[in-house]
Amino acid sequence: MRIHADQEKCCGAGSCVLAAPDVFDQRDEDGIVVVLDAEPPAGLHDAVREAVAICPAAAISVSD
Amino acid sequence: MHHRGNGAASRLWKDSRMTTAQRPQEATVAHPDSLAIPAARAAGCPFDPAPGVDRARREEPVTRATLWDDSPVWLVTRHEDVRTVLGDPRFSADATRPGFPFLTAGVRELAIKSPSFIRQDDPEHARVRRMLTADFMVKKVAAMRPEVQRIADDLLDAMTDGKNSADLVTEFALPLPSLVICLLLGVPYDDHAFFQEHSQTLLSLRSSTEEIRHSSDELLAFMTRLAETKRQQPDDGIFSRLVARGELGDAEIASLGRLLLIAGHETTANMTSLSTLALLRNPDQLARLRKDPSLVKGAVEELLRYLTIVHIGVPRVATEDMTVGGRTIPAGEGVLCTINTANRDEDVFPAGDTLDVGRDARRHVAFGYGVHQCLGQPLARLELEIAIETLLRRLPDLRLDVPFEEIPFRHDMGIYGVHALPVAW
Repeated sequence: MRIHADQEKCCGAGSCVLAAPDVFDQRDEDGIVVVLDAEPPAGLHDAVREAVAICPAAAISVSD
Repeated sequence: MHHRGNGAASRLWKDSRMTTAQRPQEATVAHPDSLAIPAARAAGCPFDPAPGVDRARREEPVTRATLWDDSPVWLVTRHEDVRTVLGDPRFSADATRPGFPFLTAGVRELAIKSPSFIRQDDPEHARVRRMLTADFMVKKVAAMRPEVQRIADDLLDAMTDGKNSADLVTEFALPLPSLVICLLLGVPYDDHAFFQEHSQTLLSLRSSTEEIRHSSDELLAFMTRLAETKRQQPDDGIFSRLVARGELGDAEIASLGRLLLIAGHETTANMTSLSTLALLRNPDQLARLRKDPSLVKGAVEELLRYLTIVHIGVPRVATEDMTVGGRTIPAGEGVLCTINTANRDEDVFPAGDTLDVGRDARRHVAFGYGVHQCLGQPLARLELEIAIETLLRRLPDLRLDVPFEEIPFRHDMGIYGVHALPVAW
């Protein structure tokens, strides 16, 4: 799994950080998404998919 | 503060009924062939969406309805369709566009005369939102946990000191988020009676346009004076830093400060008291939480879903002809996304009318959806988690102090909840 996060689309709601705190964080200066681990281990894939599903700005996508 | 604070629940309830009778011009007009919005909830089902709107979700999920001034509006009622509308910038949040739907004349007055970024589109909206996102991000809010916990404990200490009954709204649910948002923004809590009273007027569906205008002006003047104070004596609060940036005009600053203050206390206050009531009415769910407090975090999501206090709808206007749920919504026509019915959609939440604190409810749209989704949601979640966990832990015998039928629900307010919640322990 490879994660793509669009910092232009991100609205800083923080849903991804709640869903997958090991994979996503927010930039200190403006709360915009930061990907901590762009190729997370399989054990985190479900959490990442949940983050994709709930992101209000549809700013996160994954590819295999 | 005529709905709250100094009287029994039954008296508050009678007061709010009298207010209706005095203002027939604000009543919704019934149309035989079109649902009038706001639609009434069923008697005895105060936690469930209005039957007419919920029926639309099952039978005609994108449907026509009528607003207070007889203007037509599209209701979008299903989870998937609500996400489609709120996630698409071709459905505009700009309240100055013709066709934008308003719930009352007063709401229209407020949205047009002193607009804020929640009623603007990108890039104007994003410019302001990004000035605030860092202050409400998850890790920043998480650092506030000890402070919020201390406030919750202090309030319960005071509430229970030598007493065994109280109005939970006045003693706990309202002051908790009010104290927190005052601390964050840098607004003196001593002014809470003033800003809480005027916030009530702005949120009441029964306020006349004159009353809305008066309360709006009072709050704007208050924030303008506060901005001047912050210019003289800057501090580390959000409001002072917004003023210091120098990027927003005086009117914009005042209107933004007012929005943050209202959004910061009214929503969590109502979620806290309504959640408590819903748990007291669902003793099996309450027992699960008491037995296993690790469920509280998930229960907060479920309560947000089940109760959805933004209970009338999130407004947008189509800027192009749009197809939603198989229906065409023409350009220039208004839409209300009924997020409360979307959160009962069985396609996403099986047995959606049942409160189940063990459910994974994270896909709810109680905070909205799209780029306007609630900015303060990490703070709301923290406050609700602490409020519910602390209340259940410290008051093991918590119970209603009046018959359930006497609880004054906020049918008359833009944000749902209860005007008072008499409890004993």
